[in-house]
Amino acid sequence: MSLAIGSLQLGLIYSLIAMGIYISFRVLNTPDLTAEGSFVFGMAVMTISTVNGHPVLGIVLALLAGGLAGLVTALLQTKLRIPAILSGILTMTGLYTINLMVMQGSSNLTLLGVTTIYDLLGGLLPMDFEWAKILVSLLFVVIAMTVLVLFFKTNCGLCIRAIGDNEMMARSSSMSVDLYKIVGLMISNGLIALCGGLVACDQGYADMNSGAGMLVVGLAAVIIGEAFIRRRTILAGMFSCLLGSVIYRFILALAISTRIFPAYAMKLLSAVIVTIALAIPAYQYYKENYQLKKRDRHA
Amino acid sequence: MLKISDLRKKFTIDNGVDNHILNGLNLTVDDGEFVTILGNNGAGKSTLFNLISGAILPNEGYIYLDEKDITFMPEHKRSKFIGRVFQSPMRGTAPNLTVAENLALSYGRQNRKNFNWALTKNLKEIFRDKLAEADMGLENKLDAKIKNLSGGQCQVVALIMCTIKPPELILLDEHTAALDPKTADDVMAFTKRIVEKDHLTALMITHHLEDAIAYGNRLIMMDRGVVAYEFSGAAKSEITPEELRTFYHLKEG
Repeated sequence: MSLAIGSLQLGLIYSLIAMGIYISFRVLNTPDLTAEGSFVFGMAVMTISTVNGHPVLGIVLALLAGGLAGLVTALLQTKLRIPAILSGILTMTGLYTINLMVMQGSSNLTLLGVTTIYDLLGGLLPMDFEWAKILVSLLFVVIAMTVLVLFFKTNCGLCIRAIGDNEMMARSSSMSVDLYKIVGLMISNGLIALCGGLVACDQGYADMNSGAGMLVVGLAAVIIGEAFIRRRTILAGMFSCLLGSVIYRFILALAISTRIFPAYAMKLLSAVIVTIALAIPAYQYYKENYQLKKRDRHA
Repeated sequence: MLKISDLRKKFTIDNGVDNHILNGLNLTVDDGEFVTILGNNGAGKSTLFNLISGAILPNEGYIYLDEKDITFMPEHKRSKFIGRVFQSPMRGTAPNLTVAENLALSYGRQNRKNFNWALTKNLKEIFRDKLAEADMGLENKLDAKIKNLSGGQCQVVALIMCTIKPPELILLDEHTAALDPKTADDVMAFTKRIVEKDHLTALMITHHLEDAIAYGNRLIMMDRGVVAYEFSGAAKSEITPEELRTFYHLKEG
């Protein structure tokens, strides 16, 4: 039971990173590797802010920190014309130093005995702390989803979607492609950093290395969710991020609780799950061609 | 009024040789004129369109639209008042967005209010009326994705996108070349209707000699980066496709 509650809690928090990655990978159609850096950036900012007694301010700062990281990547991509993947890697690499600076040189900061956002909000709720934490996470997810769904219905949001779909059309429809790309990547990384901040509060520490593999984790949630929800609207996309993230956490929990895999196998499992999900279209293609080639034997 | 003076554009190929595409092109198009442009491959027709729309910048010469110098204006600013329809139906539209969303994007291009709702009931009514004018059954497809439309329907949507807020100039870049003959005729007829109704100034590249003669009120023939021949009025209506054909491939001859 506690395993299920834990998975639900993690699934909810990590759905924020899934939404961030959904915006860059699916909506903007750009592979943005900044995620691994901005995740830790959010974590570091949130932790420092919380340690200094400002857990609520930490949320705002984490969002801004992520936005800043996204801004840098977007400027590299648009103004300096560096390929998307490389831009992300450059920002991510640079952020490593920045993150260490924010965490005052130590690679691990604890939140033990400090009032986090969960203690603050969860304490107000008349229930078991575990469940209170889930409700608080759910609150963040619902707010994020609502804001995003509404945002993508505005002209600005629609322009971002159009740029991901057909950049050439966007230019000839008088959109400032660079501007909208910047806005899109800032929102995406803001969400990812917020996710990092909440993860730090949830697990009770910030760690320099927790960004590694985050991109795959987020992508796994997006892909798993899309396998269950077939509609391709923004609202459906947000729900598939949430659903995918929760399912992904349950799969991991199951895989580890069977004791077949040690806990450190998580990253490998994530990579395998994403690989399998990504290989499905290729598999279907081979299968179809194989059946077509075999048709004479059945005749 | 579009005024192009002494426009020159060269491209440098890998080995450092300059390829002169436009060699001092002069062209004046009055308001409400519909000019068809012919010319062999490499004559510089598409380069001319790219220069007018701002996708590339010229080496020499100037482009004026309504007395304004737009030679170096960024593409996304120019596209507020210059519309362009491409040969490929997929190029001018966003395939994964709906017809209504595509129209909303171009409807807002002259004065985009970023934080207003992109689609309202009111707007959808306007779009429905516009689509009904085309007479291709598009008025019931407001919420269909562009990628599920046929090529002809797609081009009609692209045309409406360009003209929904009447532009000062519309560039038609072989916009019926990828369509079957029947659909191409329908789209051309619709083009003519729109251009006449809103008194648009239009330039149309085509390789279809009959279309070049039948549509528009002036015909120009480009060769080696300049306007080589011009026909308007009676001269244009009397010329035959066979006669036009003899003007091609002057390079070899």
